Amino acid sequence: MATIPADYSAAPPARDNYLTHGRGILSWLCTLDHKRIGVMYLVSILAAFLLGGIFAILIRTELLTPEKTIMGADTYNQFFTLHGAIMTFLVIIPGIPAALGNFVLPIMLGAKDLAFPRINLLSYYLWVAGALFSVLAIVMGSVDTGWTFYIPYATDTTMGGVIPVLMGVFVLGFSSIFTGLNFIVTIHKMRPPGMGWFELPLFLWALYATAVIQILATPVIGITGLLLIAERVGQFGIFHPGLGGDPVLYQHFFWFYSHPAVYIMILPAMGVISEIISIFSRKHIFGYHFIAFSSIAIAMFGFIVWGHHMFVSGQSTLISVIFSLLTYSVSIPSAVKVFNWLATMYGGSISLRAPMLYALAFIFIFGIGGLTGLFLGALATDVHLHDTYFVVAHFHYVMMGSTLIAMIAGIHHWWPKMVGRMYNEAAAFIAWVFVFVGMNLTFFPQFIMGAHGMPRRYYNYPPEFENLHQMSTWGSYLMAVGFVIIAAYLLHSLFAGRTAPANPWGGATLEWRCASPPPHDNYPVTPTAGDPYDFSDLKYNPQTGDYESDRGPAAS
Amino acid sequence: MNTLLARLLAQTNIDWPPVAPEDGTFWLPPQASTQAPQTDLAFYFIYWVSVFFFILIVFLMTVFVFRYRRRVEGEGPRVNVTHNTPLELVWTTIPLILVVVMFYMGFRGFMDLMNPPADAMDVYVLGQKWNWNFTYPNGHQDTELHVPVDTNVRLILESQDVIHSFYVPAFRIKRDAVPGRYNKIWFKATKPGEYLALCAEYCGTQHSDMLARVVVHEPGMFEKWLADASDPFKTRSYAEVGQLVVTKRCGGCHSIDGSANVGPTFKDLFGSEVKHTDGATVLVDEEYVRKSIINPQAEIVAGYDPVMPTFKGQLKDREITAIIEYLKQLAGMTSTLSDVGRETEEAAPAADAAASQPTETEKDSE
Repeated sequence: MATIPADYSAAPPARDNYLTHGRGILSWLCTLDHKRIGVMYLVSILAAFLLGGIFAILIRTELLTPEKTIMGADTYNQFFTLHGAIMTFLVIIPGIPAALGNFVLPIMLGAKDLAFPRINLLSYYLWVAGALFSVLAIVMGSVDTGWTFYIPYATDTTMGGVIPVLMGVFVLGFSSIFTGLNFIVTIHKMRPPGMGWFELPLFLWALYATAVIQILATPVIGITGLLLIAERVGQFGIFHPGLGGDPVLYQHFFWFYSHPAVYIMILPAMGVISEIISIFSRKHIFGYHFIAFSSIAIAMFGFIVWGHHMFVSGQSTLISVIFSLLTYSVSIPSAVKVFNWLATMYGGSISLRAPMLYALAFIFIFGIGGLTGLFLGALATDVHLHDTYFVVAHFHYVMMGSTLIAMIAGIHHWWPKMVGRMYNEAAAFIAWVFVFVGMNLTFFPQFIMGAHGMPRRYYNYPPEFENLHQMSTWGSYLMAVGFVIIAAYLLHSLFAGRTAPANPWGGATLEWRCASPPPHDNYPVTPTAGDPYDFSDLKYNPQTGDYESDRGPAAS
Repeated sequence: MNTLLARLLAQTNIDWPPVAPEDGTFWLPPQASTQAPQTDLAFYFIYWVSVFFFILIVFLMTVFVFRYRRRVEGEGPRVNVTHNTPLELVWTTIPLILVVVMFYMGFRGFMDLMNPPADAMDVYVLGQKWNWNFTYPNGHQDTELHVPVDTNVRLILESQDVIHSFYVPAFRIKRDAVPGRYNKIWFKATKPGEYLALCAEYCGTQHSDMLARVVVHEPGMFEKWLADASDPFKTRSYAEVGQLVVTKRCGGCHSIDGSANVGPTFKDLFGSEVKHTDGATVLVDEEYVRKSIINPQAEIVAGYDPVMPTFKGQLKDREITAIIEYLKQLAGMTSTLSDVGRETEEAAPAADAAASQPTETEKDSE
């Protein structure tokens, strides 16, 4: 662990910063400051994560025994639906872009704010409205359709929550589109002098690629949701076979968004990891262009692979074959990124502080999550593995294990910048062990179960899977303990953490030349950017724990 | 919410074959069809490539972490290299070649699976909440899938309500049963024995109980089974046939020992009076049972959800008569057909007469 300077001060930062700039609840609720909006997003998304997590723990507890453990089948079906819908639409899709992206993007660009601060606030409130619809759905009789809302189940079910949840998804879509629009315009128009496209930090390349998907794909889920509501209320006969519709058409519409959405989730995560690996190896990122282009490649290929969700649905054999081939095209840029991260670490000066620990965990977990995707892209093996726990394990390794781990890595990375305080590294290490071990213990046994034929969304299950299910459940408890520890030391740091210097990790991107926490306007004058991965002019000052630049601070 | 309570108390008394028996490998269940070795070859090819790359990645990561660990804060890197285009092209190209091989292996197996041989025996598979119904070439319908060993069998899948998915892990086959369209898949079983078929597409409350027994017969035994199953009256009394039908078709939701389940218990049901959701009290007689089977949504017993699918067209009149006789037995009555039910050469005319009775009742009710 790092040496902690002896003369640290526990006194709160006295200077004017974005946290102290305005007082009172209204100064937060009506703020146009991207940093405050980012913090509000972070708090709201973590609250949704808590709710989705509680459902997850209840589901896992139910699965301790092959028959009933704590709840009935209908309750179980509602819980896994709510877990899936909340985690996907409220947590993982907006997680990194809306919370961390909002906070970091303008500062990384040396800008005072996003291009459209009011639209930014609007997208936050649209997120809140979408979240309220989900709560409304729970109150109005819940949903039991699974987060995929397959027809005719979703049009026939008697549960009253289907329409509110779909309305929620519709509204959340606007939130996502507005954020994407804001990011694209900001990156295009507000880059500082010295920052061409290939001096853009890789996190911003990732956010840019993500924003393109958000804008192009999200309208489709909004329209699909409305069509489903129309089908349920007005019986138009678009999707329902009883009315002459085609239920597989619905699946095409749904996955035309929801597969690119997978890259909305993972691309920003990869961006975070690129930043962290380089900074904590104190070495220039290896193969900048390959990583940047791989983000764009993933965003593009991500649009033409959706049909791999329907290999056994009855879509034409030819189409399935084409989708299988295209699916493999996504695996290449993902592999390139992993190799580039490893090459970045080679010969570096690797510091194992909390953000880097999570980045290493990300490479390990994303390795498994990505490689198991290969089994699902191949047609014959997918026929066997489709809709089993193998798929559940695969996407939890990618969504939960990779995206969420990257989000935690990002929170630890930018926490000193956000709140101006350092957290306890020893506690962070203990929590990391819990989360990493718990994550693997929860989801690795699910690969074995799935390959043996354990279908997903099963309330009762064949008794031979009991041991593996129990391992999985104990793992989920370990993970929960890890998250509680994280919450505890982060909250503790707010009140008792040592004051953070401007650049505690030695980052070369612009936000580290801004004070911690940043002032209301970020920079008094627009700074000049250099190579975001050139650390040579940063000198460590053991007295302050800060990395000081020859160029001096950009803001004071 | 009553179904919740029912599920809570439900007893599963069916002894299902295991889905993952002991004799599989660490990763996969035993192979029981010609498709399985092909699928498993692709699986293990991808598996070993993945294991190689995963170990390589984690090994390098671990070595780098220890070797290049920052000993003093502020220490700089040992090497300064920002890119190496030939190297990056190499690690772009090698995975590309490997995934093309993976695609090809999956493609070969899939094309095989999608193109049934011309001589295949057709079995129609109907998925409905929450059981499977198989129709054999001679018209016999059953809840179990029986097939001869080493024979090509084509399954034609359809659904009566929502999307289901027919999955036999031991055969490595899965195909959705989608309402409004026919999906097909085929297999050739290689090992006689019992296997489990599961529903793989989420379909509601009892999704995880939507199982079916798959029996692969030794050569010659399938025909014997089909003959017996097609005409159970040949060797059984009406009440015995009724018991057989109830066990297979009704047992998932209706108990015979008085315990609670999704639907009302059959014990002491016949001859009793039930209260409907509309408040009416009705005597359970022959006509009532028949109506409940053919048109179950017309009247619902108070305290239960309207979830029962119709069995119209799936149960023959004689089978409904047999169920009625069995219900009488469960209510402690003497089966009126107990003497004449056994269809021997002599008793055949009497049994025919008895079988035609419900048809008359149906006419009366119309």
